[in-house]
Amino acid sequence: MLTNRKLFWTKIKRIVKSGFFNFWRNSTVSLASVLVMMVTLMAIGFISFAGAILDTSLAALRDKIDVNVTFVTSATEGEVLEIKSTLETLPEVLLVTYVSREESLTAFKERHKNDQSILAALDELGENPLGAVLNVKARNPSQYASVAAFLKGDGALSEKGVTVIDRINYFENKAVIDRLSNIIDSADRLGFALTILLVVISMLIAFNTIRLTIYIARDEIAVMRLVGASMAYIQGPFVVVGIIYGVVAGLVTLVVFLPLTYWLGSATSGFFEGFNIFSYYIRHILEMSAIVLFCGVVIGSLSSLLAIRKYLKI
Amino acid sequence: MILFDRVSKVYPDDSVALENISFHIEPKEFVSIVGPSGAGKTTLLKLLLAEEIPTEGRVLFNDTDVHQLDKKEINSFRRNVGMVFQDFRLLPNKTVYENIAFTMEASGRSDEDIEQDVPHVLELVDLLPKIWNFPHELSGGEKQRVAIARALVNEPDIIIADEPTGNLDPVNTYDVVQILKKINDLGTTVILTTHNKGIIDSLGRRVIAMEKGRIVRDDKSGKYFNN
Repeated sequence: MLTNRKLFWTKIKRIVKSGFFNFWRNSTVSLASVLVMMVTLMAIGFISFAGAILDTSLAALRDKIDVNVTFVTSATEGEVLEIKSTLETLPEVLLVTYVSREESLTAFKERHKNDQSILAALDELGENPLGAVLNVKARNPSQYASVAAFLKGDGALSEKGVTVIDRINYFENKAVIDRLSNIIDSADRLGFALTILLVVISMLIAFNTIRLTIYIARDEIAVMRLVGASMAYIQGPFVVVGIIYGVVAGLVTLVVFLPLTYWLGSATSGFFEGFNIFSYYIRHILEMSAIVLFCGVVIGSLSSLLAIRKYLKI
Repeated sequence: MILFDRVSKVYPDDSVALENISFHIEPKEFVSIVGPSGAGKTTLLKLLLAEEIPTEGRVLFNDTDVHQLDKKEINSFRRNVGMVFQDFRLLPNKTVYENIAFTMEASGRSDEDIEQDVPHVLELVDLLPKIWNFPHELSGGEKQRVAIARALVNEPDIIIADEPTGNLDPVNTYDVVQILKKINDLGTTVILTTHNKGIIDSLGRRVIAMEKGRIVRDDKSGKYFNN
């Protein structure tokens, strides 16, 4: 007989060894389980990718939302810069860019360089008809309303009580911005719900497959009970096999993702605002490995643990 | 050593498997239990191993009621009982060596003990050359001898053989019975259930005959039928 401490480690050693043997000797069953588990892990992997794609696309979209404040031509540069610095103190505001009257004119001319009639009209006018512009970016699309309200209200008036602001395009774009905010919000929510649903479905499939492999071994489990093996000693090797399924499926999935994302890379970067799935994968390889392997091990061991309980009641 | 004290077993569907069974088995006895299918032989063994709970009565093993044991105690009690089945019940994915080693591992024996005892017990059943084979590579008789070696290796107080020869030809049947006899001669109590009249007659040991859940005869002379 062994001492308790030594017995514990001997048992761990025997359980792990037996797990590896079972995995190897039931190679057909193992192959099937690993393949099913791979489908699950790939689903989880693709959901991570989809999340990243969504995030990047949303960020790109958000980036395109801004508010342009156009000043009257009589507003001095000092007045405009004063409003700029006031705006910058607001917590909602991420960035304010100043475009002077001259820069506006240059940009306008550049834009219409092929339209002689407009350029001619501009020359006719003699002076610069364009006001200075402040381009405001908020931290969050929903905050544009308060920024615009601030500009419309007292905060943006010049000392003389006469507003120097000609127009704020937010109120023109409001409908579009609102709709975009809504779409972004519901895309976020839908993505999350879909993620949960897909993960649950694929986990159930993997769970059932492992349950099936244990169902095949139910006579064996009964024999182990009859020769007096303890619960933990019977359960152990099955849990080890479940973990091996998870690790092997995880590793294969990670390798398969390499050519797969490479192949998808150019397609995604064309479609999703320059998001290249392959370069994303390479940059996040550690994170992805952790997610996939963790999910594999948890699904594998938990399924074994739950499934075998059913057959340990003898 | 083993005492069945007015034991009855009624299954939930109201079928009566055992009715008021009482008998006593002494240490080192060789007892055969005979009777047609459905007589209650298997239920009797299941009650003894605490796989089933009696509806009435007690089953004592060395003065302990086996149905009062907790899970842990049941495990160590079962390690004290060697079981041999008609369908062998070997672990298909383990070699002969590993099948026997598993029983020893389950009772917490050291690696050195296992390496020493497994070949020894295989020698006893004359199966040493097949030590690294898997069960599917063995004949029926060989499988049953592995099962007996497995039952024997923990040096149990008692060996229960439930129709061990049911799937074997006469030659292998003879071998298995001889091994059981040898085990008994070495001092282990053996309980054997069987249909085989020839075995009982050749043994000449105690016979308990069952029918419809009752003991109809308990004969020390060792004849299948009362003449």
